[in-house]
Amino acid sequence: MILAGSLVSAEEGFVAPGPGSFDLPPVFSVGGVDVTKPMLLLVLAAIVVFGFFFAAARQRSMVPGKLQFAGESLYASVRNGLGRDIIGSRDFMPFVPYLVTLFFFILVSNWFGSVPFIQFPTFSRASMAYALAGLSWVIYNAIGIKRHGLGGYLRLQTIPGGVGGPILALIIPLEFFSNILVRPITLALRLFANMFAGHILALLFATGGEYLLIHGALLIKPVGILAWVLAIAIAFLELLVQFLQAYVFTLLNAMYISGALADEH
Amino acid sequence: MTGSLNMIGYGLAAVGPGVGIGLIFAAYINGVARQPEAQSRLQSIAILGFALAEALAIIGIALAFVL
Repeated sequence: MILAGSLVSAEEGFVAPGPGSFDLPPVFSVGGVDVTKPMLLLVLAAIVVFGFFFAAARQRSMVPGKLQFAGESLYASVRNGLGRDIIGSRDFMPFVPYLVTLFFFILVSNWFGSVPFIQFPTFSRASMAYALAGLSWVIYNAIGIKRHGLGGYLRLQTIPGGVGGPILALIIPLEFFSNILVRPITLALRLFANMFAGHILALLFATGGEYLLIHGALLIKPVGILAWVLAIAIAFLELLVQFLQAYVFTLLNAMYISGALADEH
Repeated sequence: MTGSLNMIGYGLAAVGPGVGIGLIFAAYINGVARQPEAQSRLQSIAILGFALAEALAIIGIALAFVL
């Protein structure tokens, strides 16, 4: 593919950003292991989320201060909107810590894509998203097996209610494929592809604008400025998309957990 | 001009999920306009539908880069 490679070089004309733009050089090496920017951002996101909630929960009082109020409302929005409403008030409490952590960790990681001087969404590297989806796959399958036993859980996941007879021969493999095998992949790819596409779009407008401005003919140069204005507008759209993806990832996690806990049909 | 035909194919493939997501949110807006108190219930359903329709576009983008 032609897309990979460097961004702009004057001799070869404009080279569009592609998957190669995400292979950043290592920041430093520790004992032969290259530490790259996404790895550092992953740690930074964890520190930011932990630091905020730790600070918000440190001095608790009956009349909350501003920080405690902010922390409590953020926690409550995930607890009620994603936990209680979806998993159900009977079993949602054990999963609230996981959902809250997941949501804010992904949100902060995604918003790194729009923070000046950082500008790299951590989950635009597919491996990061696969790891998160793998974790959620283990969790929802494990609690399903714990609740229903292996056979009962497989029956719950592969046989929809009210279906019987010979059509089961078709339904069971399809449902198994869809609910057990493909779920973690689409879960990871959804987050990854959105962050990837958003970052590539920003790169394209920024580098393309620069190329038009520097190497374009006189009448083309203003288009470069227009491209930069659009890049800023798209950055704001991306803020929304990044929030939405964090929400969708957590929502689907809650739904998979609630599906695994559901009673037999 | 250089590039990959995959991207044109992906652009065409993204039309389907685009129409689907538009229909989902049209129905959501309709529902909320008719019955505003149902918004919190409709919201999670709409976003679930959006995520499922979007999965097609995502499989498309993955294949556009892989194939």
